[in-house]
Amino acid sequence: MAETSSVRDEEIERVFREEYGRAVAVLVGVFGDIDVAEEAVQDAFTTALQRWPSTGPPPSPAGWIITTARNRAIDRLRREASRVDRHAQAALLHAEAEPTEEGPVRDERLRLIFTCCHPALAPAARVALTLRLLGGLSTAEIARAFLVAEPTMAQRLVRAKGKIRDAGIPYRVPKEADLPDRLSAVLAVIYLIYNESHVASRGERLDRADLGAEAIRLGRLLAELMPDEPEAHGLLALMLLLESRRGARSTSGGELVRLADQDRRRWDLDLIAEGQAIVRECLRRNAPGPYQIQAAINAVHSDAATVEATDWHQIVQLYDQLLAIAPTPVVALNRAVAVAEIEGPEAGLALVDALDLDGYHLFHAIRADLLRRLGRADESALAYAAAIERTENAAERDYLRRRHEELSP
Amino acid sequence: MKQYLLSVYQPDGPPPEAEVLDPIMADIDAVEQEMKDAGVWVFSGGLHAPSTATVLRRKDDEVLTTDGPYVEGKEHLGGFTIVEAPDLDAALEWGRKLARAIRWLPIEVRPFQGADDG
Repeated sequence: MAETSSVRDEEIERVFREEYGRAVAVLVGVFGDIDVAEEAVQDAFTTALQRWPSTGPPPSPAGWIITTARNRAIDRLRREASRVDRHAQAALLHAEAEPTEEGPVRDERLRLIFTCCHPALAPAARVALTLRLLGGLSTAEIARAFLVAEPTMAQRLVRAKGKIRDAGIPYRVPKEADLPDRLSAVLAVIYLIYNESHVASRGERLDRADLGAEAIRLGRLLAELMPDEPEAHGLLALMLLLESRRGARSTSGGELVRLADQDRRRWDLDLIAEGQAIVRECLRRNAPGPYQIQAAINAVHSDAATVEATDWHQIVQLYDQLLAIAPTPVVALNRAVAVAEIEGPEAGLALVDALDLDGYHLFHAIRADLLRRLGRADESALAYAAAIERTENAAERDYLRRRHEELSP
Repeated sequence: MKQYLLSVYQPDGPPPEAEVLDPIMADIDAVEQEMKDAGVWVFSGGLHAPSTATVLRRKDDEVLTTDGPYVEGKEHLGGFTIVEAPDLDAALEWGRKLARAIRWLPIEVRPFQGADDG
């Protein structure tokens, strides 16, 4: 009996993970209010936890959650509205004005993504709202993932939701003219979540795989909802290809292993195949953008069975293309690394030294490596020290320390 | 419909020369006319320098009068416009037009409290 009930709990947990975002998005559409929507959906899941173990899950669990949440919210709002609660009255009015179509004619999640990633919200709030409302992560989980105290994260979410309500940030897919800018803000939020999982900027552990999985889930959702946006597909491909190397990126002891030293047999071939297929599809569309090009660069790496077999000429060409649309010093730094593989460390160092990136730890780490390869051990040691000083991630710092120590005879 | 306050913050000190200021004022007037034509304009006005401000503050039963401004800073509220808009995106669109007209000064967009809140 206990076993059955735990199986049912898992079933509810699965429905929750898969359907929370959709349910909240639909109810935000109905009530025009995020708090009302969240509370209603949580109510419905609580009811499911009580009922489903004895009745079994309904034929359409997701539909049941949405209908139950909607009805319960309307009941609750009616009670509150009779006590002259303006807030409840407004949400009820909104619900009555909204056509009650069941079945997703349009996907409400897309509107909610654009609301969560609105440029009028602080970047940290965009990330937290997206994970909370579309990912269904709890405030505690988001706080843990971003290494802030739970009350701090709770306050950040309350403030952001308050601004959406009071400033009137709309639930709407932006109009054509604003779409490129607004979409790139959404892509940036998802990639930020992914990067936080890939190299935690602070803290002890290098990997936080669950955030990575969440970012990829959001990336898949966005690519599915906006099939005609090549950059949405580019971002998904980029994340899949980076994710394929997660198992090889660190030792069992949590030490960082850089791309050149990875055991390539540990790369995930399924993720590589999926990522590369998307990259090929992007090439056919021929509407390149920064995410698509970065995905293509990673696809070239994924093709090479050994680091020596890497097609560095193609990688330099792709970096040239990326520099043309995104001329940043970090892109130039990565290009210099590829140039060093073709023309040697001297040529790479000349390009690196021309860059103004003193605050960036990887600038110093890359200089250190090139200097080491040139036999300039003293200068290399200084560069490693500068890199160590500027990195906050413990696993990265340990890696740099080991390289630093290896210099000494 | 909600109402939004679009305020302009400007550095303390004398205003720019006429040859700089005049085309800016003309552009601002044009945006204001556009707001009126669209039926979204509620009010707008420019303010005299902060040195002209007077501060009133209640103390016990009395209200004290002192020379202003209340907040001393390197920048001050130079003027504002109030527009009606269905949501923040629409208000920001008007704010953008104003920011382009005003060149280098920032525009702050804030919603008014009102019956539409909820």
